[in-house]
Parts: sequence; structure tokens; C-alpha cells
Amino acid sequence: MVIPFRYSLRNLRARRLTTILTSGGMALVVFVFAAVQMLDTGLRQTLVATGQPDNILVTRRAAGTEISSAVDRVQAAIVEAQPEIATGPDARRILSKEAVVLITLPKRDSGVATNVTTRGIGPAGLALRPQVRIVEGRMFEFGTSQIIVGQSIARRFNGAGVGQQLRFGGREWTVVGVFAASGSAFDSEVWGDADQLMQAFRRQNYSSVVARLTEAGALDALAQRLDNDPRLTLDVKREREFYEEQSKLMSNFISYLGLTLSVIFSIGAMIGAMITMYAAVANRVGEIGTLRALGFRRAAVLWAFLFESIALGAVGGVVGVALASLMQFVQISTLNWQSFSELAFSFTLTPRIVISSFAFALVMGVIGGFLPAVRAARLNIIDAIRAI
Amino acid sequence: MHLIKLIFRNALRHKLRTGLTVVGLVVAILSFGLLQTVVDAWYAGAEGAAPNRLITRNAVSLMVPLPLHYRDKIRSVDGVKAVAAANWFAGVYQDPKNFFPQFAVGPAYFSIYPEYRIPDAQYRAFVRDRAGAIVGRKLAQTYGFRVGDVVPLKGTIFPGTWTFVVRGIYDGADAGTDTSQFFFHWDYLNETAKTRMPTLANKIGIFVVQIADADRAAEVSEEIDALFKNSPAETLTETEKAFQIGFVKQTEAILIAVRIVSFLVIFIILAVMANTMAMTARERRGEYATLKALGFGGGFLATLIFGESLLIAAIGAVIGVVFTFPVADWFASEMGTLFPVFEVSRETVVLQAACALAVGATAALFPARRAIRVRIVDGLRAIG
Repeated sequence: MVIPFRYSLRNLRARRLTTILTSGGMALVVFVFAAVQMLDTGLRQTLVATGQPDNILVTRRAAGTEISSAVDRVQAAIVEAQPEIATGPDARRILSKEAVVLITLPKRDSGVATNVTTRGIGPAGLALRPQVRIVEGRMFEFGTSQIIVGQSIARRFNGAGVGQQLRFGGREWTVVGVFAASGSAFDSEVWGDADQLMQAFRRQNYSSVVARLTEAGALDALAQRLDNDPRLTLDVKREREFYEEQSKLMSNFISYLGLTLSVIFSIGAMIGAMITMYAAVANRVGEIGTLRALGFRRAAVLWAFLFESIALGAVGGVVGVALASLMQFVQISTLNWQSFSELAFSFTLTPRIVISSFAFALVMGVIGGFLPAVRAARLNIIDAIRAI
Repeated sequence: MHLIKLIFRNALRHKLRTGLTVVGLVVAILSFGLLQTVVDAWYAGAEGAAPNRLITRNAVSLMVPLPLHYRDKIRSVDGVKAVAAANWFAGVYQDPKNFFPQFAVGPAYFSIYPEYRIPDAQYRAFVRDRAGAIVGRKLAQTYGFRVGDVVPLKGTIFPGTWTFVVRGIYDGADAGTDTSQFFFHWDYLNETAKTRMPTLANKIGIFVVQIADADRAAEVSEEIDALFKNSPAETLTETEKAFQIGFVKQTEAILIAVRIVSFLVIFIILAVMANTMAMTARERRGEYATLKALGFGGGFLATLIFGESLLIAAIGAVIGVVFTFPVADWFASEMGTLFPVFEVSRETVVLQAACALAVGATAALFPARRAIRVRIVDGLRAIG
């Protein structure tokens, strides 16, 4: 015979304050657990969305980031001549030789000097990134000191609106457009003509070469040929892989810190559940005795109390996930340690996170309620009935 | 006296419940302390900055270098005592995970940083060896470097594999000194760069400028920047502290998140503690009524409840604070060189104690109000 669920639920309602406090503690833990995963997911999605699957990125060997890479004009021309690089309708290679420079700009609200990635692109630069489109103003003209800025930059930095001017590299650059890059890392970049930027910064070398492959499978042959070419000291990677690696350090930091904190905090919340459930058992010894005398088995009592604790966890889980889902409206911007530049990303809620957070809450309930439920189940009938 | 005895007896009445609450408090206070220390560690670089040191860098960004000949121009500025070049090397030791800062530094560097204490004999050996390196104590311990060891680093900015010989190990003047760094000769870097990658030769990342009078820092900074105004490489000079804080500011979002989370744990434990006190007070309603019937006032009951709550909070706080130190030491040794300085500060301990007491006091608020308001008749009727 099973004790109806309503018995457990009504008990929770009977002691509202205790229920609210216990579930509230759990909700906060679930909130931290979910928020950290959302942050990690947001970061990774931003960087993964930055790379296109059939694009390749060529940097100097072992450079790791575009900032510390250098590809000279001869090397870039050799890469351009490879047969695996796709050709566009204008009979030119779909390839952009890019110059990446970090510049320091003050943030609009706080005035904090922040590193911003400035990317000089070639004529095919925009075509290589279908996720980028101009949302305000127009594309810059090659051969001029015009630039376009990502929408995160336009929002957060002084002088980055259309028609305004930014000063760096000894020149005034006119912002002629704002682009949206569907949540990728390009949203936090400034784009201009590669040759103009290189002149302004007196650079001889490009930073990287981005190109479209004729087919996604052509990478291995290309990589092997470039590796064996004694004139080149270059690394070829899929653009997507390159950006995934950029997120590794930060992503690991966030997920390790988050997991450690969630586990430690959950100890606190489980202790809270345990205290509540022990008290629930202690207050209801007579009741438990009566239930047993009516013929309910030990297992039924155990389940009734365990269910009560799981219900506490469930309430905490629902509230925690609801709180965390509000975080989706928050955007975070920070320095990415690997590329050393500003990166904006948001908390991203996925069904997996919802499920894992909720499961986490239920597990807290089970662990917190198990020992008290066992105690309830093991009470002696006679003693229990007598105890009032 | 009786009051204190009563409070102790009350606290120990439900040993299991009190024990669990204390454990929860210990966990919360401990993790709060660790998180605060993590935030402090972030600012450690700025804390260790000396007021008489300025950093001159390219105004565009740190990644754009300055020409070598700026060194002599900067030295000629009135009030400048010494100038040393420093280049960020960004080499990889065995695996990219093994991160530690590496700088190629000019000859005057160690005289500008007196807090890096190097034995004289080791320093002379370093000066004599072109490929010599000086490493911090913490770094040496993490990777087992000893004097005479050969350390290969794979360059990311300066390509190729570079081998250095450890010639000296420096200690910090105090616990706040960063001893996780790796220094080698700027000349060695430059000579090699000249032959292998001429575009990177004769370029300086930052100049560290020592000034005679710390009060004139702003003035000297302006004078240095004025020297290079409208040149191809304009400079930005700021105090070492401002320079370090500039780094911290850029990762501020993460710092704020860690701060928020560290206070969340206090709220979590507040919920647990308040629950404990609420349950305790509910069970004792009959007793409170009895006490009232005997002539004890509401103030007495409130003192009882506050006393018990604060007692439990204090026990949790003391154990939590005591545990913070060994756990922080363990954490620091696990993290290796990621946090060069990881010290539990006095403010952290004070904050831990304050939070614990606040939790204790807040938790007692509702139960005490209820106990004061309870009518004797209702209270006596209650069966818990």
C-alpha cells in the first residue's frame, strides 16, 4: 500500500516558512549551477559561431593567436595559389589576407581602457563570413580610412557610432557602418582595409590568411602540402577549430570554478534539507506510528518522506532555473586571456542545462532526505504511537 | 550566568541539528573566505606595485612595440633615475597549460625591482651567461627548476625553441611579491631576433621607469609622453599601479561574478540557519509561554533566541576561519603559478566573522518577534 503523494505535499504546505527557506537555499544553489553553465555555453557558442566550417585560417606556426602571428606577402601569395582554395564568381580566389591589431579604446560607461581587436580585411573578407551583415550605414571603401564596427563595439565605446571618428595609428578613422555578426566574436571587432591598417601601423606582414576551401574535405591535402613546403612556416586550421581553441582557457576556468562552487554550495543546501527533514520526522513520530499501525509498510513511510524531500528539491529547482533564465538578458564582456582582447557574450540557456539543473536539484533533495526518511522508516510502532 | 547556561543547553538540545547547522556554516564561511581571497589574488599585482615606478608603453596598445632608442630619450627626462626595457615573451614550457610570465629584461631591471632578492653570486652568474635566466621561488618549486637546469621554451611571438639556463632563483621581499616569473636577458632575445626575424629586432614591449621622487609621478609621466607626441609611436606612461589595475579592470566582469557568488553562499546559509532557528522556536512555543507565565519578559526570550543563534553562528565562524588558512594553502599549491600571490588577508577574516554574525542575528529576527508576541494561553495550548 502506498501513502498518497498528497500527504507529503500537504506537509510541505503546513510548514510554509520552513519549506520556503529550505527550497530557497536550494534555488540559489541551482541558480549558481545553471548560471555558470549558461555562461560557459554562451562563451563557446560565441566563439564557435565565429568560425565557418569550410573556412581555413592560416597563421604562423605555433602562434596560437592572430595577434602574435605574422604571415609575409610571399607566404600569403603561395597560400593563395593553392588549388584547394575556392574561386569566386569574379574569378578571384575567395581569400582574405588580414592584419589584426589590438587597439585601446575607452569604454563609454566606465572609461576603462579596453583592448579591442581591429581587423584589416581583404576584398573577400565579408563574403567569407556570411554571418556578418551591415545593419546600419554601409560597408567601408577599400583604399580609404573608413571603418565599420561590430554592434557590441558601437554600443559600448565612445566615438564608435556611424559618422563618428576613432583615432588610432596616427590617423582619424571614420566609422561608416555598424555590422551584426549573429552573436559571434566579430561583434566585438573593428574592421577596415588591411592595407590601410598596415600602413598606419607600419607593418610589413599580414597576421593571418582566411580562405574558403573548394570542399570541406580538402583540408588534409592542403595542410600536408603547406607543411612540406620549405618556404613556409605556417599552421593551417579550420577556422572553427581555431576559435574553439581560443575559448578553451576561459571556458575551462569558468566550468571548473562553477562546478567546484556548485558542489560546495550544494553541501550547504543539502544540510538545510536534512535539518528540515529530520525535524519533520521528529515532529511526526506519533503520526508515523499511526500510519504504521494502519498497515502502511516501512517502505511506504520511507517513500513518503523521501518524496517530501524530493518535492523540496523540485521547488528549489523550478525557482532556481526560473531565476537563471532571467540571466539570458544579461550580456557580459570581458578580456579573453587567449586572444588578449575584449569579447562580449551572453548567458545562453539550453534544454540540456534546464534538465541538468533540475536533476541536480532533485539529487540534492534525495541526498538530503535519505537519512531522515530511513530514520522514519525504522521507528518502532509501539514507541512511535506512545510518543506524543 | 544562568542565562548563558540556558543558551548553551538550548543550543545543545538537538545535537544533530546544531551539528548540521554548524557544518553548513563552516562550509559557507570557508568558501566565502576562499572566494574573497581569489578576488584579492587578482589585485595582487596592483598591490605589489611601487609608487616610484612608471610603465611606458605604446599608446595604441600593449601589443604594439616601441623603438629601442626611446630608452635613452626617456632616461634624459628630469627626475628619471633608471630605465629598463622589458619584453613579454609568451613562451610555452612543454604544454600551453603550463603558463607563467616570461620577460626579456634590460640590465637595469633588477635594480628597479629591489623586492626581487637574488643572492649576489647567482646574480653575477646570470650577468655572465648570455642565455641565463632568473626564476622566482614559487615557479622553481612548481616545476622543480634548480640552478644550472636547462629550460626550453617554445616561442609564440618569437618563433623557435629557446633554451635558457637557470642561473638564479629570487625570493620576494614579502608575501605579496610575485615569485612566479621568469626573466632572461633582453640582449639575448634581440641578438637572436636580428638574425632570425629582423622585423622583431630592436623593439621594446614596455619601459619600466624608476623616478627619484614618487610625488612627481604625474609630472614625469606627462613629460615622457610629450617627448614622443606626434611621432609614429606615441607613448602612454602611467604608474605601475594604474598599469596593473588596467589589466584587472578588463576582466572585471568575472571578478564581479565571483563577488556576487561569494555573497550568494552567505544567503544560502542564511536560509539554512533561519530555518533551524524557526523550527527550534516553533517547537519551544510552549516553553516560551511557560517562561512568560513565570514572569520573564519578552526581552529575556529575545535574548535567549538571539544568544542561541549567535552562539551557533560564532562556532561555525571560528571553525570556518581556522580552516580557511590550510585550505587556502592547499588551493594555492594546487593552482601553481596561476595565482602568484594567494594570501588570506585580515579584511577577509573580518568580513567572514561579520557575515557569520549577520547571519546569526538575521536568523533570530523572526523567531524572536514571534516569541515576544506569543500569548501565554496560545503558547501553552501549542503542542509543537
